[in-house]
Order: sequence, then structure tokens, then C-alpha cells
Amino acid sequence: MMSPVYGLIYILLAPIAGGLVAGIDRKITARMQGRVGPPLLQPFYDVGKLFEKENLVVTRSQDLYALCYLVFMLVAGALFFAGGDLLLVIFAFTLSHIFLVLGAYASSSPYSFIGAERELIQIIAYEPMIILSAVGMYMVTASFFVSDIVVSSIPIVLYLPGVFIGFLMVLTIKLRKSPFDLSTSHHAHQEIVKGVTTEFTGPNLGKIEIAHWYEYVFLLGFIFLFFAFSIPIALLAIAVAYLLEILIDNTFSRVKWQFTLRSAWIIAGMLGLINLAVLYYLSGGLQA
Amino acid sequence: MIELAFLILFPAIVAFLLLALKNGQVQNAVVKIAAGLIGLATIILLITYFSSGLVLFTVPFDAAAEIMSVISLLIAGFILYLGIKQRKYLAVILITIQTLMFIGIEGWLAKDVQQVYNLFIDQFSLIMAAIVGIIGTLICVYALAYMETYHTQHPEIQDRRNIFFFMVFVFLAAMFGLIFSNNLLWVYFFWEITTLASFILIGYAKTSESTNNAFLALEMNLLGGIAFAGAIIYLLIADPTGSLLGIEQLLSSGQAFALVPAVLLSFAGITKAALMPFSSWLVGAMVAPTPVSALLHSSTMVKAGVYIIVRFAPVLSGTTEGLIIGLVGGFTFLLGSAIAISQSNAKKVLAYSTIANLGLIVACAGVGTYKLVWAAILLIIFHAIAKSLLFLCVGTVEHQIGSRNIEDMSGLIVRMPKVAVMMLVGIAGMFLAPFGMLISKWVAIEAFIEAQFGLIFVAILAFGGSITVFFWSKWMGKIISVDPHVSREEDSLKSEKKGVLYILAGLTVLICLIFPLISSSLIEPFVLSVYGQTARLSQDNIIIMAMMLFLLMIMPFSMLLPRNGARKVPPYMGGRPASSDMKFLGSMGVTRDVTLSNYYLNDLFGENRLLMAGTALGFGLILLAMIVLVGMIL
Repeated sequence: MMSPVYGLIYILLAPIAGGLVAGIDRKITARMQGRVGPPLLQPFYDVGKLFEKENLVVTRSQDLYALCYLVFMLVAGALFFAGGDLLLVIFAFTLSHIFLVLGAYASSSPYSFIGAERELIQIIAYEPMIILSAVGMYMVTASFFVSDIVVSSIPIVLYLPGVFIGFLMVLTIKLRKSPFDLSTSHHAHQEIVKGVTTEFTGPNLGKIEIAHWYEYVFLLGFIFLFFAFSIPIALLAIAVAYLLEILIDNTFSRVKWQFTLRSAWIIAGMLGLINLAVLYYLSGGLQA
Repeated sequence: MIELAFLILFPAIVAFLLLALKNGQVQNAVVKIAAGLIGLATIILLITYFSSGLVLFTVPFDAAAEIMSVISLLIAGFILYLGIKQRKYLAVILITIQTLMFIGIEGWLAKDVQQVYNLFIDQFSLIMAAIVGIIGTLICVYALAYMETYHTQHPEIQDRRNIFFFMVFVFLAAMFGLIFSNNLLWVYFFWEITTLASFILIGYAKTSESTNNAFLALEMNLLGGIAFAGAIIYLLIADPTGSLLGIEQLLSSGQAFALVPAVLLSFAGITKAALMPFSSWLVGAMVAPTPVSALLHSSTMVKAGVYIIVRFAPVLSGTTEGLIIGLVGGFTFLLGSAIAISQSNAKKVLAYSTIANLGLIVACAGVGTYKLVWAAILLIIFHAIAKSLLFLCVGTVEHQIGSRNIEDMSGLIVRMPKVAVMMLVGIAGMFLAPFGMLISKWVAIEAFIEAQFGLIFVAILAFGGSITVFFWSKWMGKIISVDPHVSREEDSLKSEKKGVLYILAGLTVLICLIFPLISSSLIEPFVLSVYGQTARLSQDNIIIMAMMLFLLMIMPFSMLLPRNGARKVPPYMGGRPASSDMKFLGSMGVTRDVTLSNYYLNDLFGENRLLMAGTALGFGLILLAMIVLVGMIL
């Protein structure tokens, strides 16, 4: 059964959790680089300050796209935590990203234009793997509904090891971590300035940051599904996965889009599909 | 019964009237009134047969068969004449083979045929009729204004508008005939007329390019026609009384017998629906005036191809041949979508997207479980509406800015805001949640998982679906980018054009809201009557999607909210001295314009490479199907 209450809780609490994750991320990253790093609550200070700034735009329509990005990220995440259909969640998630891309296109600025193209390449790189993950979960639990998957006592990850590794791979793309931070980066070494977000300033940039926080919580929630049979293990897995992403972020240098697309597709194709095919074979072709 | 006869005969009569009329006011009025009447008759038909299920009709007119034979032979003679005159010997050979087969059928095999039920109607025919009768006629009305501008802009092309509208209305009549005929001999007759109509319409401009492409379309469709005739011969040899010539009777005769004709008919469908390896005729067809493309891609022609395959889906279901046909569709979907990425010509992007979506429909029908047939019919509906809207938008833009290149559509939202918004609606309808095409793809994924060998198709959908996101989004991005070089152009759109675009854009959105109703009242009863069980979307998901659609529609109003002044600044130019109209100081003191161009990823998704792969795969699979089939017959 779907429960809107959890969706509501997500809407209210996710930005706090997401902001904290971002804060921890920055702290650990700094330590890895031998710096002290900002205070834990620095992301909140940053976003607070963004909302006090003047709203500079190239075109007024950017306001609309930034708002739509945030709103549909909320829809996707809330639907996920309310226990909705996983595929619908993924499609709403894509919809929200399309708005970010459109916002970048709208300004007709060279840097955000290239950022938009790269963001689209990233979308086509990660989306197949995310859909295959949802399909894998269906094959194990016989339901696309998050509410059913989460109460399943089956250790999903043991059935879907290839899919899980593939998911971790695209998670790096999704979290905008190096080596796949092509379209925009949290680091200060971006060759296309800030990519998709170049032309967003002040409150609009603030909205995009908050949308990122919501996105973090949604993606970590997706990891949770793989380990839903045991909450302590799931929480541990989320922590380990995130630390791994931070480590990868600080160890690799950025690659070209060709490599991103090919590697994401090859991994999705090899690990994900072979995993699913074995599962499919073992379950006797899933004749319903 | 009277509605069916009216819908087949009335457009044909109007066609001949239009052939006799000169261009001008009268022609205009006749087209509009006829389009209105056909639309009205379609709606009456919908109301009359809404809940009646399958109804079979006898046609109390015995001479019908003779008249059809005479017309068929006349058409064959006409094509033969043109083929010899233009030295297209492949077409000559194909039409000769087909005519010989036809004479064999009519003069020898079909002598003892006593067909009782020539016409029929069920929910699927009703849906198809609604598509032809509403979208097809809207395109006709749009074509009036379009063709006038077309001939002003292309004075070198001979003005043969009477033949144009003649052919268009013949096309509509043939489509109605095709979807209402139960007798395969009748279906075949109308099938050949659509081939002829598309041939003449594609070659309308009479340039060497359009003539060549018209013959390419003709040759490929004649090849399909030969397979169709083969299916009829097979059925007549099996039963000379012709009792198996009825679609309904054939479907109920059991899978073992019906499989051979079903595969032959599906091959005919594959050529008509322009699946790989036969996709090149549909891409070549874009030389025709845009309303023709809209007609071919959305409501007629290619939809006839998928119609016949979906009809025979229950026979194909679960067989090796069905799986192979499904794979042809699946690979066409994947490769067609990928090729669309590398195209900058808007009509070509639309053509490849059509090919891809038809591939998906055939993939659903080939695997043919009840859920997939349900998804296939949804795809047919959504695709027809969104694609016709997009073609007409591109045609409108082309006349205004003189280019159909997507790169030239930069800043369209500023130049032609109304058309741009409708184009955005059309594009969103093709790939975004919560619009139609995405709903169908989603349903197809869920349905494929449960089908035999469905995992291959799930993978194809996962990758192909993401690929479509790329080319549609970058097109959208080009339209909405607020390019400082452009300014608003004057609004010189004719009211017919605008009206048709508004209606289609409205339908694209409306259909997403009312599709549960269409599904429960038409698609589900049809699937239920064929398979004994049916699929549907869960209530929760329908409500959520309606909410998303609502949210999407109210979001633009946020622009109206009062805000504490957003200040406009020029885009960031990396600190270079730049002016507000995006000129910057380059090296050696040269002032340069900023130009932005989309990625086309030619190395990965180049047309030549992928088309070759698609042709090879398509031919290979079809050959395999034929070998399996021959093995079965022997």
C-alpha cells in the first residue's frame, strides 16, 4: 500500500538530511585533501546566502525551469518514499532533469549550452541502468511498487550483485562526482565554468542546490532498496557506498563524455543484463 | 452498416469531385465541408458502435468484387505504364509478378469463393477509424492553406492541387476500407490503393529526387503486396470456398493453420510500416509536401502496416516467427532512435522517430501477449496525435523561416511563440512523463518482463527509451533558447493552419487525461474479446499521472507571480569583452559572433553505419523467419 505520509515526511525532512550529507561530504573531501574543511552546516549557510542575493537572469524563463526542476524532483522523491511505482518514479526523475537542461539551454550561453549537452549525455548514460535496476527488483520481488519491495524479506542485493555494481557506477554520474562530473561540478576545477548552472544565480541557484539535496536522499533511498531486508545493514551499505563515492571523487580525474557514455553502457550491458539474464533463466523465464 | 459504407464511399466520391474542380474557393469549400462531414460521420460511428463489440456485415452489392478487380487491373496498368516510361524496371517486374498473382487469384482460385461477411467493425477498427476520420481530415484542412503557400514559394513546381486533394481523399477512403474489411481480398484491394496513393503523393513535386523516392516507396510496398497476395493464395489453396478469407474466421481457425498467412501478412505490414530494412522509403518520403508526411506518418499508410500486424498478434503470440518479427521491430526501435540523434533535419528526425515507434508497436504485436497488444494500441493512438502535430508544426515553421533544420529553429519561442509552444507540447507528448508515448513505453516494459524472451525487449526499451530523451530534449532546447540574434516575426499564419494546430495540441494533452476512459471502453473490451483477459493501469498510477499533468500545466503560471525584480544580464562569456548581442572580441582583435550548435554524435550514431547494421539485422531476421516458415509449410 502506498502511504502519502512518508512522502510528506520526505518533502519536509529530506532537505535537512540532504544538506547534512552534503556537509559531511565536504568535510571528508577536505580531510582527504589535507584541508580542515568548512563547518558541517556550511551548505545551509551557502544556500541561505543565495536566497538573499539579487536574482540575475539572462531570460526570465530561467525562473520557471529552476522551479520546475525543484518541484518535479520533489514529486519523484515523494512518490518514491510514498511507495509508488518505481518506473513512474524514474520517469518523473528524468522529467525534472529535463527541466534543468532546458533552463541551461534557455539562457543561450556558451558554457551552459555545452553543460546542457553534456547533461543530456549523462542522462542517456545512466538511465538504462536505473531502469534495469527497477526491472531487477521486479524480477526478485514481483512488484514495481516501492512499498512492496521495501517490505520484502528477500536479500535483493544477493540476487542482483551485477545490477548493484552497475547502479553504484551510475550513482557516480548522478551524484556529479569526478570522473563523471561533466555537466557541472562541485569542485572548482571545471573547464566549462559551472556548466548547466553557469547562468543561474541567487535564489534560482539556491533552488537547484535544494533540489540536489532532495536528489541525494532519493538516490540513497534507492540503495536502501537493495538491502531492505535488514535496516542496520542497509544503513551501513548506504554509508559505505557514499564513502566509496567520495573516495572515487577524490582519486580520479575527469574523463571525456565518450568514455562516460561507453563505460556506463558497457557496464549496464555486461553486469546488469547478464545478472538479469541469469536470474531470468533460473526463475524459468518468469512465466506468469 | 450505413456509416461504414458512407465513410468508405463518401471520401471516394469527394475525391473525384475534387479532381474535376479547379483550384480556388470552391475547392476550398468542398475540402472543408467534406472534412467536416467525414469527421462528423466518424463521431456518429463511434457513438453507434461504442459498446456493440464485434459486428459482421454482409454487403448486399454483388458487383463490388468485379468493380474492385477492374480498378485493381487499371491501377496495375497505370503503374506498369509509369514504370516503363521512367525506366524503373524493378517496379515493372514487381508489378508484373503481383498482377499475375492477382489474375491467378481472381480468375482461377477465387472462383468458388462465397464470402458472406465482407465488412466488420470492432473496437480496434473503431479506434483506427477515429484516428483516420479525425486526424486525417484535420490534416486535409491544414493542407489547403499549406499547399497555397507551397506553390507560391515553389513556382517551379507545377500546380496540380486537384490531383493532390484527389489522392488525399482516395487515401482516406482506402484507409476506411482497409480497417472495415473482414474479407482479405477487400483488405488487399484497399492495401494496394494506399500504396498507389502514397506513390503519387510522394512524387507530387515531379523532380527527379521525388520521382526516385516515390518509386523506392512503390517498390518496397509492392514487395509487401506480393507477400500479401501470397497469403491469399495460400488460404485459397487450403480452402477453395474462401471461408478462411475473413479475418475473423481466420483468427478463430487456430494458430497452427493461421500462422503461415499471418507471417506473410506481417511481412507486408513490415514493408508498409517502414521497419528496417525497409525504412528508407519513409525517410525518402519527406520530399513530399509536409501534410503528406503528416498523413503518411500519423493516420494512414504506416498505421495500416501496424494495424494488420496487431490484428494477427494473437496468432503470432508465443511462436518463433512472432518472436523474430518482434525482434525486427525491437531493433528498428533501437537503431531508429539512435539514428535520430545524428540528424539535424527536423523532418528526418521525425521520420526516424516514426520508424522507431512503429518498430516498438511491431515488437509489442510480434510477441503478442494480451498486455502488449494493449500497449501497442495505446502507442498507435498517442503516436498518431503527437506526430501529426509535430509534422504540421515543422511545416508551418518551414514556411515562415524557410528552413527545416533544427539549428535554424534557435529561439523559436521568441520568433513564433504560439507555434513554438505547440511544438513543445508535441515533443513533450513524444517522450516525457506524464504524456502518452511515455505511458505506453512504461506499460510495454512491464508487459515485456512477463513475456517469453521478454528480457531482450526490456533491454532494448531501456536503452532505446533513453536515447529518445537525447534527441527530443536537444530539439526542445534549441526552440526555447532565447537567442539574442532573433526577434519576433510577424504573425501571418492562416486561421485554418492555426486552428488545426490548436486542436491537435489540445488533443495531445486531452488524450493523456481521458486515455483511461478510452482504455476501459474500447481497448480493454477488444483485448478481452481476443484473449479472454485484459491489462490496465492501476488506479493509483492514473491519479498520480493526472496530478503530474495538472502540475505541469499550472507551472507556467508561476511566471505571472509578482517577483522582486529579476535583473537581466547578458550571458557569461568567460570574461571576454562581449556586447549584449553576443559578439565577442576574438584573437587578433576580430569581433566574432557566438554561435551555438547541438551535438550530433556522428561517430557513435552516424546514419550510414547504423542503417547498414539495421539493414543487415532486418534482412537476416526476415530471412530467418522465411526459412522457419518454409520449413513449416513443407
